[in-house]
Amino acid sequence: MAECHPVGFQWVTEAKLRGAKVIHVDPRFTRTSAQADRHIPIRAGSDVVLLGALINHVLSNDLWFRDYVLAYTNATSVISPEFRDTEDLEGLFSGYDPELRTYDQSSWAYAQTDGGTVDEPGSDGTADTATESDTAEGQAFGEGGPPLEHHRIRKDPTLTDPHCVLNLLRRHYARYTPELVAETCGISVDDFAYLAAAVVANSGRERTTAFCYAVGWTQHSAGAQMIRTAAILQLLLGNMGRPGGGIMALRGHASIQGSTDIPTLYNLLPGYLPMPVAGKTDTLASYLDGIASKKQKGFWANADAYTISLLKAWFGDAATAENDYCFGHLPTLSGAHGTYQTVLSMLEGGVSGYFVLGQNPAVGSAHSRLQRLALAKLDWLVVRDLQMIETATFWQDAPEIETGELITDQIGTEVFFLPAASYAEKSGTFTQTQRLLQWRHKAVEPPGDCQSELDFFHLLGQKIRERLAGSDDPRDRPLLDLTWDYPVDEHGEVDPEAVLREINGHADGELVDGFAQLRADGTSASGCWIYAGVYAGGVNRSALRVPNGGGGPTASEWGWAWPANRRILYNRASADPDGRPWSERKKLVWWDADASRWVGDDVPDFPIGLAPDHRAAPGTGGPDALDGTDAFIMQADGVGWLFAPKGLVDGPLPTHYEAQESPVPNPVYPVQASPTRVTFRRQDNLFAASAGQPGVEVYPYVFTTYRLTEHHTAGGMSRWLPYLAELQPEMFCEVSPQLAAERDLVNGGWATLVSPRAAIEARVLVTDRMRPLAVRGRTVHQIGLPYHWGVGGHAVVEGDAANDLLGLALDPNVQIQESKVGSCDIRPGRRPRGPAVLDLVAEYQRRAGLTPDTSKEA
Amino acid sequence: MGFWRNQLSGPTDPIADANWTQGESRKGFFTDTSICIGCKACEVACKEWNRVPARTDADGPAWQGSSYDNSGHLGANTWRHVAFIEQGPDQLARAKASGAVLLGMPKRTAEPTRLAEPVEAPAEPVGLPAVRWLMSSDVCKHCTHAGCLDVCPTGALFRSEYGTVVVQADVCNGCGYCVAACPFGVIERREKGVVEIGDGTQQPVPNGGVAQKCTLCYDRLRDGQTPACAQTCPTTSISFGDHSDMVAKARARLATLHEQGHTEARLYGANPDDGVGGTGSVFLLMDEPEAYGLPPDPVVTTRDLPRMFTLAGMAGTAMIGVALGVFAAFGRPS
Repeated sequence: MAECHPVGFQWVTEAKLRGAKVIHVDPRFTRTSAQADRHIPIRAGSDVVLLGALINHVLSNDLWFRDYVLAYTNATSVISPEFRDTEDLEGLFSGYDPELRTYDQSSWAYAQTDGGTVDEPGSDGTADTATESDTAEGQAFGEGGPPLEHHRIRKDPTLTDPHCVLNLLRRHYARYTPELVAETCGISVDDFAYLAAAVVANSGRERTTAFCYAVGWTQHSAGAQMIRTAAILQLLLGNMGRPGGGIMALRGHASIQGSTDIPTLYNLLPGYLPMPVAGKTDTLASYLDGIASKKQKGFWANADAYTISLLKAWFGDAATAENDYCFGHLPTLSGAHGTYQTVLSMLEGGVSGYFVLGQNPAVGSAHSRLQRLALAKLDWLVVRDLQMIETATFWQDAPEIETGELITDQIGTEVFFLPAASYAEKSGTFTQTQRLLQWRHKAVEPPGDCQSELDFFHLLGQKIRERLAGSDDPRDRPLLDLTWDYPVDEHGEVDPEAVLREINGHADGELVDGFAQLRADGTSASGCWIYAGVYAGGVNRSALRVPNGGGGPTASEWGWAWPANRRILYNRASADPDGRPWSERKKLVWWDADASRWVGDDVPDFPIGLAPDHRAAPGTGGPDALDGTDAFIMQADGVGWLFAPKGLVDGPLPTHYEAQESPVPNPVYPVQASPTRVTFRRQDNLFAASAGQPGVEVYPYVFTTYRLTEHHTAGGMSRWLPYLAELQPEMFCEVSPQLAAERDLVNGGWATLVSPRAAIEARVLVTDRMRPLAVRGRTVHQIGLPYHWGVGGHAVVEGDAANDLLGLALDPNVQIQESKVGSCDIRPGRRPRGPAVLDLVAEYQRRAGLTPDTSKEA
Repeated sequence: MGFWRNQLSGPTDPIADANWTQGESRKGFFTDTSICIGCKACEVACKEWNRVPARTDADGPAWQGSSYDNSGHLGANTWRHVAFIEQGPDQLARAKASGAVLLGMPKRTAEPTRLAEPVEAPAEPVGLPAVRWLMSSDVCKHCTHAGCLDVCPTGALFRSEYGTVVVQADVCNGCGYCVAACPFGVIERREKGVVEIGDGTQQPVPNGGVAQKCTLCYDRLRDGQTPACAQTCPTTSISFGDHSDMVAKARARLATLHEQGHTEARLYGANPDDGVGGTGSVFLLMDEPEAYGLPPDPVVTTRDLPRMFTLAGMAGTAMIGVALGVFAAFGRPS
């Protein structure tokens, strides 16, 4: 966090000065470790074992927060008797189809009060077997999570039913012991004891523990499950919805949270509404059914109001009840269309044009070599950036020009470089990791031809619409029906506050105060329902900057947090089931019986007048179905999910699998790697052999990629700036003294790193901060690789790209690449020049006997 | 002689000594290295504000292979420098022991290695950490008795109304006396040359050929602003304010760290009786100064002036005596 979020780390520093204990778990010793009470080195990719052992520690020593867990989680819910755990099936859950490599999730469902299971709305209770070969529809759910048909779920408050969630959890994690941690993660038994004691001692009524993570958890073939493991632990310890608790996702850029709220993701619409799926949710009715059932609990049952308001914001008067509010104008998914699927399609000539905005895939995306080769197959490419980045100049100076794989004269891609305005040259919002929108005022006019994204797309839309004017081709209707009438200022630029007002939404001509005012009858509009209220009362609340946020404990007058300026989500859980704070020290919101409402230091995340003792009438749905103790108001059954009966395509409980490439055999199950991970079996995407397979010794070392404070991702905002470039001027690798001795590496010298995909060179930094780990009687060496450098001709500093080494293995839930673990070899000296570098890679591949099927077996 | 001595060394008020009468208080930094995260924002903010040129090839190899430090040391083009020091448990144990001696505590041997017995649910981590990574943002000390200023023949270096030491680039003739006089190796003469601005535009290096160092953002101070480095520091490792407040803050922080058992913590520059009369920039270090490349006992060259003056006087007197004796003994016969 200190390394990549130095500004945010000020709060960690402050907490530490006030007595907070900071423990840092990371494969390498970073700037964060330097400030931590303890750094615990871990083998990259083994986090589920560590977190699972903490769960086991909490459960088997009866350290879980009983009152919290029984009231606010699904611990007492009973799962279908058909369910079989990894304990029964040697590392697989019930429902696995080895042909399709996907799960049929029907046996993971909740048991109904009256027999049978609680399924998805509209299903007949039989298996909804996945039909797609690449993934089991992980992309098909919005953030609301999977819907439930209803909320009549069988419960066992006595916790005696072996199929109740808590007992399934106990059994599943029983084998995650401190000894397993030692032999899987390389963490000693006493380091684990210290960690476990610290987490437990700082949880409960009086204290809370927070987990902060970044892409060290997400970028794995089972990344979503690592975060799930932390979520289970935090629920068991009662650390969700409470001040100082939670799980904080540290984002990689200033507004990455914003770009998922109003997404640049292929599978989401604004406000975490899912993208329609072809053949499944083609009509508005079927789409809304797929999001949430009117019979389930909570606010997702109002998804119709959010969706129709979005359609009204986009298509205005053209959206009517008769035409399903132009729902048919939306694009539909025909499968996973993640960035890597798109690039592979590009390689086959399936993509003609490509917009690259504020991104540098030729350096920053996994398997960046493949990215560059794919760019050469486009008809046209638009790069909008602050600098002439490698993605814009690949046709001229990519490493593949030197190897002869690309020849400038023969590349047909027409490249358009459009200079972009920087953050200081345009107004707008940043949404940071805490969901806080902060307005940014333009400081200076953009120089020359530089233009903001907002202006660019506004102009592009205008030009396209001019071309299409008068067309009666139905396929042009979506563009012609768009509301595209933003006011412009004296410079001819779109007023960004007008866009924020559109996002806020209106009903009956008035700006709405919040999402509760959105309706499903076409009389309201909102560009993103969770942002409704950011412009309440005609005030741009994201621009609020009252010193110290107004002085209250939540600093509520600094910026605006979605939804409803609520600073802690699910904060009903900060009070006990009777509505009293768990402790004076940790109070946040509570029930005021005299006033008959929830009050406190934060905006209550609960129906304001819903008394703690309220019990919903049978047969109700949506917010009306919430009991006074259903703290998790967006969940289909009102509780936090320890066990996920639906939604995760790789299992209802996090389970340790080794990475796609791992020299270590899975010590937990016979299944080596995640059985549902997405891989692309191609000659240009070979994988190293894993433990137990022939050839594993050819790539004996684990590498992990990361960022440094001095640079920003692929370097577009740092390698061109002399003051930043000089601080970390060259690509380097971090190795332990032991590995340096083993491979004759000299500090300050050069090394060549070879993976099954590429060979790169780097300067050598020998440091005690990298420590070999003892794992199952053998030594695992990890190599650290910052990924900021690329080969081009325009930056102040350049170097080989670490991402060239990575292969494409993805998490099946979210299609993120496994860039935190890979296998490689390291040797002293610089890499060969020209085509000889390809020979080196091929020689390794030959020696290891690699084929596209290497490491295929789960 | 006491008056003279305090002008040249020992505790004094440099603002009054320089005959300033505006009533400004002495300003300074307190750099608390125990909360420095090594982000180098201070280095960059300093360069941005003061238009300090980026390093060039003449400044040595770009990548230094020395932990995360690629700026090396303070100099004409580096007015803030973040040091990165990687240490093992033995060095931490020695730092704890030497700090305890400074504190007057009974000397004890810290355990550099892990305890052999696994402990049930320990409240504190077992043993000393395997690695320690010290980070510290160094800067001009703005000494109470500044050698650079005292030797400057042109008056280019002056004591400001804030008690800081500032170079006037348009007065400096580049003689370089100050470079040798600084006991900390801070001030340096900037090489002449050209810098490239944007695509191909070349400009002469600003202030090439003259002495350059931190001004404690003299221009910002005159506008009531905080120096750029302190303003940008995310963790408040660099604080700025009245020198007396900075010293008090440093002592309070030191007391807290000592209470927590961090005997390795110590102050640097806070003692007015040291060889430079105390510094305007005060530091809290987590090891001996040498670990950070700082002189353990800096001495301003002028401290020895009275003694040199006395000795020179004695020598001169003796020589006159000898000369007179010679004349007396071997005077020309009349």
